[in-house]
Amino acid sequence: MTLTDKYVIPKKFNMLSLVLMAVGVLSIIILFITHGSSSNQHVAARFWASLLANSVYFLLVVNATMFFIVATTLAWGGWQRSFSRVSEAISTCVPVIGIIALLVLLALIFGNNHVIYHWADDHAQNDPALIHKSGFLNKPFFVIWTILTIAGWWLLGKKIRGLSRSIDDRPLSVEEGKKYIWNNTVWAAIYAVVFGLTVLSTIPWLWLMSIDAHWFSTMYSWYTFASSWVAGIALITLFVVYLKNNGYLELVTKEHLHDLGKFMFAFSIFWTYLWFSQFMLIWYANIPEETIYFKQRLQGPYRGIFWLNLIINFLAPLLILMKRASKRNYGTITMMAVLILFGHWLDFYQMVMPTAVMDPQTKLTHVPNMLADFGIALGFVGLIMFVTVRSLAKHPLTAKNHPFLKESIIHHT
Amino acid sequence: MAVQKFVVACFDEEKTLFTAVKQVRKTGYKIHDVFTPMPIHGLDEAMGLRDTSLHTAGFIYAIAGTTTAFSFITWALTYDWPMDIGGKPFFSLPAWIPIMFELTVLFSAVGMVLTFCYLCQMAPFVKKDHFHLRATDDLFVMAIECTEKTDESEVSDFLSAIGAVEVTTQYKETGWWIGRYDKETTIFGKPVEPVVAQS
Repeated sequence: MTLTDKYVIPKKFNMLSLVLMAVGVLSIIILFITHGSSSNQHVAARFWASLLANSVYFLLVVNATMFFIVATTLAWGGWQRSFSRVSEAISTCVPVIGIIALLVLLALIFGNNHVIYHWADDHAQNDPALIHKSGFLNKPFFVIWTILTIAGWWLLGKKIRGLSRSIDDRPLSVEEGKKYIWNNTVWAAIYAVVFGLTVLSTIPWLWLMSIDAHWFSTMYSWYTFASSWVAGIALITLFVVYLKNNGYLELVTKEHLHDLGKFMFAFSIFWTYLWFSQFMLIWYANIPEETIYFKQRLQGPYRGIFWLNLIINFLAPLLILMKRASKRNYGTITMMAVLILFGHWLDFYQMVMPTAVMDPQTKLTHVPNMLADFGIALGFVGLIMFVTVRSLAKHPLTAKNHPFLKESIIHHT
Repeated sequence: MAVQKFVVACFDEEKTLFTAVKQVRKTGYKIHDVFTPMPIHGLDEAMGLRDTSLHTAGFIYAIAGTTTAFSFITWALTYDWPMDIGGKPFFSLPAWIPIMFELTVLFSAVGMVLTFCYLCQMAPFVKKDHFHLRATDDLFVMAIECTEKTDESEVSDFLSAIGAVEVTTQYKETGWWIGRYDKETTIFGKPVEPVVAQS
């Protein structure tokens, strides 16, 4: 069998990604002029919060696609091998979006805006609650850990991608194959440990939860991870469907699509489970310092986004993706993947915005005009498209010498 | 309850079984069932069986479980015996969701197991006729239904030609009955051959 191994970037696709990036840059400039350049910190915070929510969301999503490779490698899975190059390609966005996110985070810490991370302010030394948290929430640790984390994701991801590409032009013997699988497993395990120490615990606490520095939830990191993980799978699915529609990835069949659909379905439920675990304990205990987080979201102006978040990320996947036929239908799966990506963007949006965006006079939280946020999100989508197709075009689309590839070819659900 | 005539063909390899199933269907004989020692991927598709509706049943049981939990707790805690728990409203849905979830799982799990047993006609003491005892060991056994017009010798020749290692004509009960194999000497008056372990 001959495979169309070389992906050629269509001019239209390139153009579209450039246009989307231009929209993103334009939105950032407009938002900077209207809000970011203001001397009032509360007005400027709206600009920074939008950058923070978008860059962190898209960074965690593209990073989750590398975690997909790692998790399936550790489980000795074979079914994903026919499209694993796609998720590898998406994960090449990690350094690019990582640098953007790093710049935003450093600007927030070292800039003179302390509305978002108010624990970084000098006044925090007079706050008993924040003094107790200062062992974790302090500038040096934040900066060092953030840089280490992004560098770790990038370098380990690069190593794992390199391992996958290293066997492209030499078929492996059985012995070499066993060694190769073992090598892959070891590096995946190292990545998993780094992932566990960052995305699954410290990073969401540092980057997102510390916006509400007085509030805390131990479920928060898992919940953030679940959000980015299901969105990452939706992103992989979208690229797989796109390539399949253009005649690439001959080895991918409806069986693989079905399994990706199952992942989207199952992890949407998983996200709901964690979301509800966090919500119910806080609701049940009813302690003011904890319920304050949901007061803004459930009863404040973010009520609409709060319920929409649940409808898009729980009810829609539950009811639409439950049937076998809809998981094997390219149209339904594409629609649901887009919906899930948007839904979890909304989830991150409502994590960041309510505390960060306040009316400068009344100090009350309000929903800003979301048009600029959509614009910035589109910019990131364009960036992901731009970087991913470049990686797809550079390397063969199928890891044809991988020992488990046959398992993927005969995969059957 | 009806005793029917079957032509029973045994195959000793999966590969020949698949081609045989295809050819039997192409020729137009009606396959009653195929009995195999282990689950075989793709055989149901090759035989043209429809997808099971067990999932749909499971969904209905699950909805029934959710509804039962929801309506019972609502009735108990808002109407029959309202209680003030931690100052929460009587109708406090978040606290009930774990119970609704558990009952959903319980109803669907138990319901699906029972439905599965019903569909497969499996229960303690429910017995069925076997076509070939080695179907649980190392043979793939295909039973073909016969009518009065069927020419058995023609069917037998055909089956041998497509790779059957053993072809017999048998009269078998298609339904089930309640009983115990070890206590029964005859089933519906027919003599039962003793099972002898072969070395």
